[in-house]
Amino acid sequence: MGEDELGARLKAYEGRAATVAGVGKDPVNLPMIRHWCEAMGDTNPAYTGPDAVAPPTMLQAWIMGGLSGHGGHSQAYDELSALLDEAGCTSIVATDCEQEYLRPLRPGDEITFDSVIESVSDRKTTKLGTGYFVTTRTNVRVGPDLVGTHRFRVLKYAPAPRPRKPPPRPRPVVNRDNAGFWAGVAEHRLLIQRCTGCGTLRFPWLPGCNHCGCPDWDTVEASGEGTVFSYVVMHHPPFPAFDPPYAVALVELTEGVRMISNVVGLPCDKVRTGLPVRLEFRSYDDELTLPVFRALEEAV
Amino acid sequence: MRQEAPLRAGEELPPLEIPVTRTLIVAGALASRDYQDVHHDPELARQKGSPDIFMNILTTNGLVGRYVTDHFGPTAVLRRVAIRLGAPNHPGDTMVLTGTVEQVDGDTATVRVAGSNALGHHVTGTVTVTVPPAAPSGGAG
Ligand SMILES: [Zn+2]
Repeated sequence: MGEDELGARLKAYEGRAATVAGVGKDPVNLPMIRHWCEAMGDTNPAYTGPDAVAPPTMLQAWIMGGLSGHGGHSQAYDELSALLDEAGCTSIVATDCEQEYLRPLRPGDEITFDSVIESVSDRKTTKLGTGYFVTTRTNVRVGPDLVGTHRFRVLKYAPAPRPRKPPPRPRPVVNRDNAGFWAGVAEHRLLIQRCTGCGTLRFPWLPGCNHCGCPDWDTVEASGEGTVFSYVVMHHPPFPAFDPPYAVALVELTEGVRMISNVVGLPCDKVRTGLPVRLEFRSYDDELTLPVFRALEEAV
Repeated sequence: MRQEAPLRAGEELPPLEIPVTRTLIVAGALASRDYQDVHHDPELARQKGSPDIFMNILTTNGLVGRYVTDHFGPTAVLRRVAIRLGAPNHPGDTMVLTGTVEQVDGDTATVRVAGSNALGHHVTGTVTVTVPPAAPSGGAG
């Protein structure tokens, strides 16, 4: 629907009946009055005893549909609601209430009411979202007597998406075989395993040498220089902790081993094989620091 | 409760602190027959853009009415209550109601009322209340 074509359609409902021949679900009664007073902490003696009246501010409570809903809504009101729902304005919040009390309500009073759609606002953007204010005016009667009027304004709106904190990045699985690597990361050192049997460097960390099978090792600290050997750009599927698209690179370190990491400091569509990169340690949250590779400026 | 002084424009009502508990929000919603999920279901309230459940307007209306009649006493009769909601009342908030008699016409006063929480004004509005003159007390009949 076009730039407030909906608004124009909604305005056409101004002046039309919202409720016709509504009937209060319960007559004014002491139990509901007592529940109200308990909730409000209202100890006014006018609301108890043989001459009790209902708290005037309960006026709307007597005409509420409750869990079983309203029966008396007019076709016009249902159409108006449906139009708003279809436009995504499915949430509702009350903003204004103006009531006049012409005489006190007493237990036994049987309530009837009718209401009119008084106005529909232009489209408004609020903190909650964008929507329309709908104002209705209700006349509340006992028998033929008008006992109160109730003007009520609601905002029917499409909820604004809440800026959600992304979940944290996945934690590394630290075990006996790779604990030395993560200990190095904690000190901002990228450690490469070296077989003490044959001197072969290996990455990622493993319990034994693929070359000679020797289980003994020590470490060499990487200089941090490297190049992108290969890469992918992740678009799909999205993982909640990540913000696609992003580049995942296989970086070849000058020492000769390769490791998977992220390339930072460069749009992901600018990452290329052969791109010179340099190690840095990036802190993602209080508990997670990871080695990443920054594209070298002179190469960009 | 207020003593038997004549109504006077400019009179300030003592503030009333309302601890906004989850229980108050839910009890107020149910006592007012308001089963909108945002007044009792935190998860659904969040889906609708609110950080938690919040007080419904009928409860606010009831509290504003109570604030005025608490002050003027059981013979006071509310004629009109008009309120506008601003910042929502969430569980854990404290709402402080304040009021000032703005205008007096015979035995009828218009009281400007505001209820504030940490976010600002939850409610602003006016209450029109009739306070019959006190009956002559005691007296040796
Ligand atoms: Zn080896």
